Amino acid sequence: MKRRSTRWILLAGAALALCAATPSFPQSAVDEIAKYRQQLQDGNPAELWEARGEDLWKQKRGPKNVSLESCDLGKGPGVVKGAYAELPRWFADADRVMDLETRLAHCMVTLQGFKFEEAVKRPFGNGSNRSDFEALAAWIASESKGVPMNVSLSHPKEREAYRIGEKMFFFRGGTHDFACATCHGETGKRIRLQDLPNLTDRAGAQAAYTTWPAYRVSQGELRTFQWRLNDCFRQQRFPDLKFTSEGSIALTMFLAYNANGAAYNGPAIKR
Amino acid sequence: MKTTVRSAFLLAAAVIAGCASMSDEEAAQRALQVMKSSFDERGQAKLDRLDQDEAQKLCSVPPATVLPKETVERIEKANLASIRYPADGKLLGDWKRGEKIAQNGQGMQYSDDPKRPSGANCYACHQLSKQEISFGTIGPSLLHYGKLRGTSEPVQRYTYGKIYNSQAFAACSNMPRFGHKGILTEQQMKDLAALLLDPASPVNQ
Repeated sequence: MKRRSTRWILLAGAALALCAATPSFPQSAVDEIAKYRQQLQDGNPAELWEARGEDLWKQKRGPKNVSLESCDLGKGPGVVKGAYAELPRWFADADRVMDLETRLAHCMVTLQGFKFEEAVKRPFGNGSNRSDFEALAAWIASESKGVPMNVSLSHPKEREAYRIGEKMFFFRGGTHDFACATCHGETGKRIRLQDLPNLTDRAGAQAAYTTWPAYRVSQGELRTFQWRLNDCFRQQRFPDLKFTSEGSIALTMFLAYNANGAAYNGPAIKR
Repeated sequence: MKTTVRSAFLLAAAVIAGCASMSDEEAAQRALQVMKSSFDERGQAKLDRLDQDEAQKLCSVPPATVLPKETVERIEKANLASIRYPADGKLLGDWKRGEKIAQNGQGMQYSDDPKRPSGANCYACHQLSKQEISFGTIGPSLLHYGKLRGTSEPVQRYTYGKIYNSQAFAACSNMPRFGHKGILTEQQMKDLAALLLDPASPVNQ
């Protein structure tokens, strides 16, 4: 732990040095950013969230005082290995399509006896106000590392979710006329110096989707795919995307299916 | 070629997703219904942000889509009619203020203070000056914009009009319609026109 902190202080220092150096070395700025990203790969604090997530999964909690260990993430009760690579999916017991966070909330309600509002009261963490979803998602996703994405559209409700998600992706609205596609519909574009993945292209969708959840250095938090969508819509000038809403699941279905075939590679670390 | 491959990929995905079961119009209707129940109003971002005008509706298609000529003309005509030029006839403001507006990315997000003026965030998508290396590439480079075009009356009117409503000149442009949608004030748009056209602006050095 101590070594880890030291490493992070050093990295923060390197990042600061980079910020200071950038304006005077414009030609090498892009190289320097690439180098910074490379350095980040050296250690990923996502491990801390993963460890807490595994504990949370096994802890007896809620009014019924049971663990989540019999929660069915799609591959049978308690099966975590490879589950994330097949989500979202249709669940017979709920007769609806669910992504990981929605399924976790469902298990907190049905197994542990939490009220839904209580279960989802903190979808995203902020400093000491930690989110159980971020920890659980980090651990469960990490158990799919190296597993090829294999999201199914065999059920009619899965196909419907994909179609809705696709429409949402290209939906232009708000004060600025932005759609997801405004930034993520073409290859090789960037916003300021940030490269933008083209999510309508298989390679782009694969590279982007398989790295979430991810530890965000700029926030000091581990973020889930629900967070990623929520914050994109904020910047699109849309209202607040509701956690585990039907639309959030549909859009996730569109993007996850487009990433099929690529090995899951998260939780990653990002700027 | 690249576009063809991508279109084929999306088409294949769409076919698998079962086009036959839900028409395109039905899917759009269903998506809107789902979206209306999937967002909460927050701060200044109300649910009416999901109410599309005609251009938003017609432009909700993959970027490579070629729209029928009549559709393009209809969008451009309607948007051209929306442009209001300044009553005082002056189209160029202060490029120094323009540069600050071009750097500022805030405004209209639920996380923004609605009392503060919006920025235009030009640098997010465009190269403008040699000094600012942190620029995006979603839009074309505007370096030397005025140097290349001069500052004649028609150029000034086009520039102000393009900032006011980009879709008057290019249907389904990615660029926000800053005047039409009330994002920027008249003075801010004049300042941006000056940033692009003033010979003293860093854009033209």
